[in-house]
Amino acid sequence: MEAVDKKVKINSNETIESPWRMTYRRLKKNKLSMVGFVILLGMFIFSFIGPFLSPHDMITTNVLNANKPPSSQFWLGTDSVGRDVLLRLMLGGRISLLVGLVSVAISVFIGTLVGGLSGFYGGWIDNVLMRIADIFMAVPTMPILVILAAVMSDLKVLPERRIFVVMFILGILSWAGLSRLVRGQILTLREQEFMQAAEALGLKDSRKIFKHLIPNVVPTIIVNATLGIGSSILMESALSFLGLGVVPPIPSWGNMIQSVNNFYNFQNRPWLWIPPGVCIFLTVMAINLFGDGLRDALDPKLKR
Amino acid sequence: MRQYITRRVLQMIPILLGLSIIIFGLFALAPGDFIDANLSKNLSAEKVAELKALYGFDQPLHIRYFRWAGDALRGNLGDSLQFSKPVTSVINDYVWNSFILSAFSYLLSIILAVPIGIISATKQYSKFDMGATVVALIGISMPAFFLGLLMIKIFAIDLHILPVSGMRTAGLNATGFAAMADVGKHLILPTLVLAFSGVGSLMRYTRTSMLEVIKQDYIRTARAKGLSEKTVIYRHALRNALIPIVTILGLMLPGLFGGAMITEQIFAFPGIGKIALGALSKRDYPLMMGFNMFMAVLVLLGNLLSDILYAAVDPRVRLK
Repeated sequence: MEAVDKKVKINSNETIESPWRMTYRRLKKNKLSMVGFVILLGMFIFSFIGPFLSPHDMITTNVLNANKPPSSQFWLGTDSVGRDVLLRLMLGGRISLLVGLVSVAISVFIGTLVGGLSGFYGGWIDNVLMRIADIFMAVPTMPILVILAAVMSDLKVLPERRIFVVMFILGILSWAGLSRLVRGQILTLREQEFMQAAEALGLKDSRKIFKHLIPNVVPTIIVNATLGIGSSILMESALSFLGLGVVPPIPSWGNMIQSVNNFYNFQNRPWLWIPPGVCIFLTVMAINLFGDGLRDALDPKLKR
Repeated sequence: MRQYITRRVLQMIPILLGLSIIIFGLFALAPGDFIDANLSKNLSAEKVAELKALYGFDQPLHIRYFRWAGDALRGNLGDSLQFSKPVTSVINDYVWNSFILSAFSYLLSIILAVPIGIISATKQYSKFDMGATVVALIGISMPAFFLGLLMIKIFAIDLHILPVSGMRTAGLNATGFAAMADVGKHLILPTLVLAFSGVGSLMRYTRTSMLEVIKQDYIRTARAKGLSEKTVIYRHALRNALIPIVTILGLMLPGLFGGAMITEQIFAFPGIGKIALGALSKRDYPLMMGFNMFMAVLVLLGNLLSDILYAAVDPRVRLK
């Protein structure tokens, strides 16, 4: 990222807008994407700072307070063991957002590395890597996710560790698309003059790839990653809802909705399952709005 | 064209091989099997060992893989342990329920998405465009299972106008039209849920594709010739804009037969997706593996179909 910024500043004595500043200016003009950004920021504050402001805690259970509807004491009511739903919602948000962020980080890491190597070296390396990517592209995601999750249950993975496994699995299954995008762009960038200059300077391959080629692909990666967080959160929530992702006692937005498996809860206690669903929806929606805005702002072809 | 298709089919072979290894490997990772999960409590240790030998669970991994893959190539996916009949016939029993559900929802989403996408693109940044874009985004961002639950709560539980779940009313001995109406009623909610999540991405896809075409030079030429806006859009632009959309139809194939696991689960709809989820909790591995291979083949066939369709409607592709 910084490499691009510096290059612009060094080469120009006049004030030329750096690409990042230009992106920021365009993004600020896009109202919908700013709405998305604000919601997203709100969700992060809600999930990561909110729990510190809550008077309740997760450890004490109190059967006397069980299944209370929303009140001034419990803003979103309580669950079957008397825990505050609002606090669980915040803590669940931490997990859901973290799973989204980390799994995308994994997928971006693998996707960029594979795409970079594939595009730069070409030949048999490209062939092998892209065939592997083809295989991962054709993986039927949901069935495979479900099996992996069941295998985890059989291996008796602890709930705390399961979260990491879920992040890892989601990341492993979603890098292929990005690797193709990166490879495609690197193929064209490789032929440009600045790469001949890099060649003439006798730079190492790793330096050429990671300092000169990849920074030029960063916009694609950012857009892909942003939108990827949304789909990651959706998948995690579906898995956790099926009881196959993040499992209790650790709350996640998906597994909180599991309370509908009790029909009485489903029918009469909407405060147990509607708030987490709304949170998933709002977060993913915000990410999509922001991601779309980012794409428009980063793509110079779409000048309005 | 024939050469192109042959090449694409040959490319599928290593992918299929890789997928089968991944799928088999996953099941090999799992420590329990059907006998441990369901029967071992009531059986003596020798009986368990005997049963495991009978199903080949005691063999080393690579032998089990080659045996399974060899059988699969001949169209034999083994026997489902839970249904006590061939996996292929279990799939055949339930896949058509899924097909009906998916077919209706796809039809609905295509009917809605394509025209709205086109109008949205021709009136870019208008109120209609903004509204459609927001609705599409809502569809994409809404978790299908949550939408399903909300619909059941509103229409089935609170308003009592539609059935909660299943595909037929239990104990209803209707035939002919009445039976069809009963199935139809059960289909409404799951169809809507599936269509709502599908319509968003298809609409955005149509819109983007149309926008790209409208910006091209030949469209300006057509306008300069003095053609009416209608002719320009619907005769000149639409044809090229539909090319990428046609390929989506190919990519939809796996969903059409593969069922929608989560939606079927929510609505207790007896489709292949729900059966596959059920097979998992019973550790019915042959059925799960068979279903996964079936899905993998469908995905590959879908990709193939979409590439062929693309090459058929756009001759430029074949030359690459």
